[in-house]
Amino acid sequence: MEHSVQTLVDAVSVGSLYALTALGIGLIFGVMRLINFAHGELITFAAYALLALFGLPVPVMLFGAIAVAVLLALITERAAFRPLRSADPTTLLISSFAVSFFLQKLLILVVGSRLKGLDFLPALGRQVELMGVRLQLLQIATIVVSAVLLVGLTWFLRSSRLGLQMRAAAEDFRMARVLGVRANRVIAMAFALSGILAAAVSCFLVVQTGVVQPRMGLQLVVIAFVGTVIGGLGSLTGAALGGFLVGAASILLQALLPPDLRVFREAFVFVAVALVLLFRPQGLIPARGLKERI
Amino acid sequence: MSAPLLQVSGLVVRYGAVTAVRGVDLAVGEGEIISIVGPNGAGKTSLVSAIAGIVPAASGSIVFGGKSLAGIALEDVVAHGIALVPEGRHIFASLTVTENLLLGATVRSDADGVRADLDRSFTMFPILGARRRQPAGQLSGGEQQQLAIARALISRPRLLMLDEPSLGLAPAVVDQVYVLLRSVREQGVTILLVEQNAERVFGLVDRVHVMSGGEFGLSGTAAEIKTDPRFDAAYFGVHMHEASSGAKSEP
Repeated sequence: MEHSVQTLVDAVSVGSLYALTALGIGLIFGVMRLINFAHGELITFAAYALLALFGLPVPVMLFGAIAVAVLLALITERAAFRPLRSADPTTLLISSFAVSFFLQKLLILVVGSRLKGLDFLPALGRQVELMGVRLQLLQIATIVVSAVLLVGLTWFLRSSRLGLQMRAAAEDFRMARVLGVRANRVIAMAFALSGILAAAVSCFLVVQTGVVQPRMGLQLVVIAFVGTVIGGLGSLTGAALGGFLVGAASILLQALLPPDLRVFREAFVFVAVALVLLFRPQGLIPARGLKERI
Repeated sequence: MSAPLLQVSGLVVRYGAVTAVRGVDLAVGEGEIISIVGPNGAGKTSLVSAIAGIVPAASGSIVFGGKSLAGIALEDVVAHGIALVPEGRHIFASLTVTENLLLGATVRSDADGVRADLDRSFTMFPILGARRRQPAGQLSGGEQQQLAIARALISRPRLLMLDEPSLGLAPAVVDQVYVLLRSVREQGVTILLVEQNAERVFGLVDRVHVMSGGEFGLSGTAAEIKTDPRFDAAYFGVHMHEASSGAKSEP
């Protein structure tokens, strides 16, 4: 009983991290039809910001990680994606690979490719007892913070003027512009939000693994991207759900598969993904009224 | 006579090698209601899109309220007082009726005024009031057209441009839309109305331009155009001299 609750909480916490990552990707796809593989580097750079600021008070480190991820997101938008805004999605996709590789190699050039240990917030490694079940504090923190970010983002998109403009732009960007919605502002806001989400994911990833390395964000993004696809590209609810399902499924498979099949758990996840796409090619929650970009 | 609200001179619109608008001159005076009629592919939508800033003008000038609109970003046009009800309506299907209307007020900063205009929209378009919390995608075609018009009006435009507002609507619904346009007109909004169906516009508008092959073939008051024997020729794009002198034989 205790073990299955622990597994479930673990699955929910890992699922939350993937949901946040998938949301970051989904936000940008929504307004720009760009699948931003460089989202992984936002996560990586935020982790290196934590490393650089190690020893300073925790709030300073957190602020530094968020600032670096947001700034980097805004810079990549300005330098790489804005000039290509009217290009077709394939061009955007390829340029996002270029940005991703460039940032990765830049990091290797400057700080080297070796893993570096980083003992960030060791207190989160403690076990706590909740209703008779021993759980890791980190998992609970991950779930709570993810939930807060999800609620906050939903509130922003539903209740603020800029949030409404972002939703309109995601559905029909040209019509939104005809009504006076500023493309630059909406897109910059989407990138900034994706930076905040990336920084949050980065912090939890660092606490969980205790290391930083230049490729740490990429693996996460590839899996989260699969999540946005099965959730339904262009739908934010779909992205969050898809990311969550893929993350949670991999943890549950790890726990439920017979030991000699566990090494193949990714294969099982992707078979499930293939099946979802076979029966629901538009994803679990297809985007409504998706229109061509500007 | 004072300068017209909208003055388009020698406007040319090109898409690659295709020229959609070939040097059109158009003047719309304050408070007027002008229609451009013509068949599919005549260049009507390109003309309106160029005025709205959606497509660039290859040459020519667009002056609105005394200011040139050359090189203005698409999202700045509405702030100058031009609102567009595009062909196909382009309402935001996943957003509620109220949210669609609020987006129409993007350029306004007077929150109280917007709220008052929102209530006014619901009075003028009762069906939108009844469905204000529903996703716009659930509205019928005619209701969506009303929403698109209400959304354009809430920016308080000086010029309202409508591109084929009757397209895809049942005749009875088109009648309703035209009744609405009449009341919009009575509020003093200047209207530029593009239609394929010329018969529809005659009862509503002051002047009509018949467009074909990217040019105005015939222009005049609604009463003149309605009875002009050259109308069919202009509408279907036969040049005037050819129409009047009969088919010319090639030398």
